[in-house]
Amino acid sequence: MVGAGMVGAACAYYCAEAGLRVGVVERGAVASGTTSAGEGNILVSDKEPGPELDLALLSLRLWTSLGERVADGFELDPKGGVVVARTPAALSGLTSLAAGQRAAGVTAEVVDPTELEPRLTREVAGGVHYPQDMQVQPMLAAAALLRHARSLGATVHTGTSVLAFRRGGDGGITGLRTSAGDLDAQWVINAAGTWGGEIAELAGAPVPVLPRRGFILVTQPLPPSVIRHKVYSADYVANVASSDATLETSVVVEGTRAGTVLIGASRERVGFDRTMSLPVLRKLAAQAVGLFPFLAEVDLLRSYVGFRPYCPDHLPVIGPDPRVPGLVHACGHEGAGIGLAAATGHLIAQSLTGATPELDLSPFRPDRFAAEVVS
Amino acid sequence: MSFLFDGKEIAADASQSIGAALIAAGYRSWHTTRHLGAPRGIFCGIGICFDCLVIVNGRPNQRACLTEARDGDEVCAQEGTGHG
Amino acid sequence: MADIAVLGAGPAGLAAAVAAHRAGARVTLVDAGPRVGGQYWRHQDGDDGRGHHLWSTLCRLREVPLDFRPHHAIWHVERTGDGFVTHTSAGEITSQRLVIAAGAHDRQLPFPGWTLPGVFTAGGAQALLKGQGVAAGDRVVVAGTGPFLLPVAAGLAEAGARVLGVYEAGSPVGFARHPAAVLRNASRITEGAAYLRVLRRHGIAFHTRKTVVAAHGDDQVRAVTLGSLDRDWHVVATEDVECDTVAVGYGFTPQLEIPLQLGCDTHLDVDGSLVATADDAQRASVPGVYLAGEVCGVGGARLSLMEGELAGLHAAGVVPDKRIVRRRAALRAFATAMHRTYPVRPGWQTWLDDDTLVCRCEEVPARDVRRSVVELGATDPRAVKLLARPGMGLCQGRVCGYATACLAGPVTAAGLRDLSARPIAQPVTLGSLAEQHVEEP
Repeated sequence: MVGAGMVGAACAYYCAEAGLRVGVVERGAVASGTTSAGEGNILVSDKEPGPELDLALLSLRLWTSLGERVADGFELDPKGGVVVARTPAALSGLTSLAAGQRAAGVTAEVVDPTELEPRLTREVAGGVHYPQDMQVQPMLAAAALLRHARSLGATVHTGTSVLAFRRGGDGGITGLRTSAGDLDAQWVINAAGTWGGEIAELAGAPVPVLPRRGFILVTQPLPPSVIRHKVYSADYVANVASSDATLETSVVVEGTRAGTVLIGASRERVGFDRTMSLPVLRKLAAQAVGLFPFLAEVDLLRSYVGFRPYCPDHLPVIGPDPRVPGLVHACGHEGAGIGLAAATGHLIAQSLTGATPELDLSPFRPDRFAAEVVS
Repeated sequence: MSFLFDGKEIAADASQSIGAALIAAGYRSWHTTRHLGAPRGIFCGIGICFDCLVIVNGRPNQRACLTEARDGDEVCAQEGTGHG
Repeated sequence: MADIAVLGAGPAGLAAAVAAHRAGARVTLVDAGPRVGGQYWRHQDGDDGRGHHLWSTLCRLREVPLDFRPHHAIWHVERTGDGFVTHTSAGEITSQRLVIAAGAHDRQLPFPGWTLPGVFTAGGAQALLKGQGVAAGDRVVVAGTGPFLLPVAAGLAEAGARVLGVYEAGSPVGFARHPAAVLRNASRITEGAAYLRVLRRHGIAFHTRKTVVAAHGDDQVRAVTLGSLDRDWHVVATEDVECDTVAVGYGFTPQLEIPLQLGCDTHLDVDGSLVATADDAQRASVPGVYLAGEVCGVGGARLSLMEGELAGLHAAGVVPDKRIVRRRAALRAFATAMHRTYPVRPGWQTWLDDDTLVCRCEEVPARDVRRSVVELGATDPRAVKLLARPGMGLCQGRVCGYATACLAGPVTAAGLRDLSARPIAQPVTLGSLAEQHVEEP
């Protein structure tokens, strides 16, 4: 397993549970990549009907059962989501989306969002409530899953970089060369998130995973009742699906167990530039205050940055790579990595143990990209 | 000059901080923490630790060590985050 | 747009602003507080200088008419095409160059009971006394490590508090191992000797290898446990003393938010603090940025004044007198010698109970911090922060940062950098952040 982020941790967990011998190689620390830069979302509300929504529904069920089975607390909170439409046109788009999602198995109720969120602005056209949306503390969850995997015999090597893939005579993978020595393996799973493209390149099977930068604002602690759900505006879904390289922002506001309120969301293609962008932060702040006017008097304590891994068609790569026997990918989850990790891990474990994966993996095939897209 | 703290009159010098005036008046704490409900007063005295939070004229989360007392201010002890 | 914005109006910043102004530059001096002086010269309006040091220097410097902006809390500084923008609580200041003189705050080590009301930082007790005219309490124990304990104890004693003793955890005889530095800085020694004379006059004993290892009380401190320590600060014997006030400090932590926001190089100093890297011309690694005072390394007021003057002159394009440069080198050597004399030894970690709060404002107990390392696989301070939450509260790790870094493993520059970087240096309301956002059509 390359990568000890949420997806790597989930894969390690399910593979170890399935009786496989797992070694996790991580060049940084546990969850030190994008896992520690997100909000911990487990959502079905923000996905259009299609393979990603199916993956999300499966993952939701699995997360719920992980929350019951894994002993360590990772603050799994079934808080629900409220999507707000500011205009009649947005509301009409939202309710059509909700109808499609309902047909796919999502619980979605048209509501007056101000009834569910009393501090919300009154300048709204309507909203939809998604009671299935959940939030988790992603660092604790990744650490807990890895801890459980270790108790089943998995080993975790942090501070260890992958230098090369070791191949056999038939071109198949026999293991890894790392900065801490050689490892033998039947399969290598590329769970390197935003750096999944680099690992795939090393393995001779490129996949076009690129970074999409996002900032999050964190407020001073407030009582948990001020914002009860994950609340976001209806244009969020369109932004996720957009291929625009320029700045996309849409407002996302939610509380946390600790009492801080997290505010997002921005998406930019600027490579791995970590420099704080004041214009983006200002825009996020303005949008948040537009949705929750009381936030104008609330202090911002800190901001942080992360890089979502995305593929050109906005779907992750999951499953064995036909180009290199033994190579398996589990990355490119773009802003949904936390939520989709459980299903990804489960499906990978099924593929590797010869079971039929519960979901058809062909939409997530690593070799689905046209040659010119990859280069 | 003086200000009110939880209804009692507290004397303060010109440009003295609310926190210093409270300490001089014999108070050790006026803020309870949001998880453990533990009492806090002044710790760092220079505005970096956020222990000394107090509500001034209805506004919570004021650092008592940095906030200059004004005649007639209404100051209240703060519980937790200070937002109801 | 000013030629030079000087950030911080303590000894370093004030000296820099005056030097640059006299060299003909247009200078704006910025500080979060209501008056110049910083921490070292905390005073009340109308103060006559009694009980202060280098007071005549302050008087001389503050007579110079400067563009001084008080009540400007800086939350972010950024580089722009032709200079810098300093974002403050009271507006933006643009300048071609910057002198960063942001100073330092007390460095703390947690111990059982340290969150009890009546336990103050050494700097907090000093700020109350010098800046507010208020003695922190009646029966005071002064404890920790470093030369700063002496002026704190002397000041309280002169103000009429009963100081029960000064308890220095280390044993500063090692100072004699650096005789060259001592000789070049005779006046510093005299200053220390003067404080000791005050303590003697009040019958206050100065103990070494002993410090407060626990505080006890219900809603405020009523007694402390004094631990006699071995050379690694493990407790070998204890005694309890009744008191109502503790003033405790373990050196200082430079405030590095602004250099880090600008991408300046930093390194680990001899005292285990992260400091911003400055060359002999007080230049940071980022063009147009100058550094002076504690941000370059804790070294006391005289060094801050020297470095401030150098930074101000260089920023204004003037080559300084070689004597100032030599004097600065002497004072730096002295500071280094002092740091080596007052190290923090790792045994303090054995003073902690499971319930001892490591992070005061987020209320994170030692149990959670240790668990993140031992059970959850945290291998660096950033992971500890993300898993157990020390440093996530209102103070953003200023109080617990050093202790958290120690508990996460050997202290490294990278680890401290993760805990010291704050893109938002002071809380700013979302409303004021949003104010300047112009909605694109």
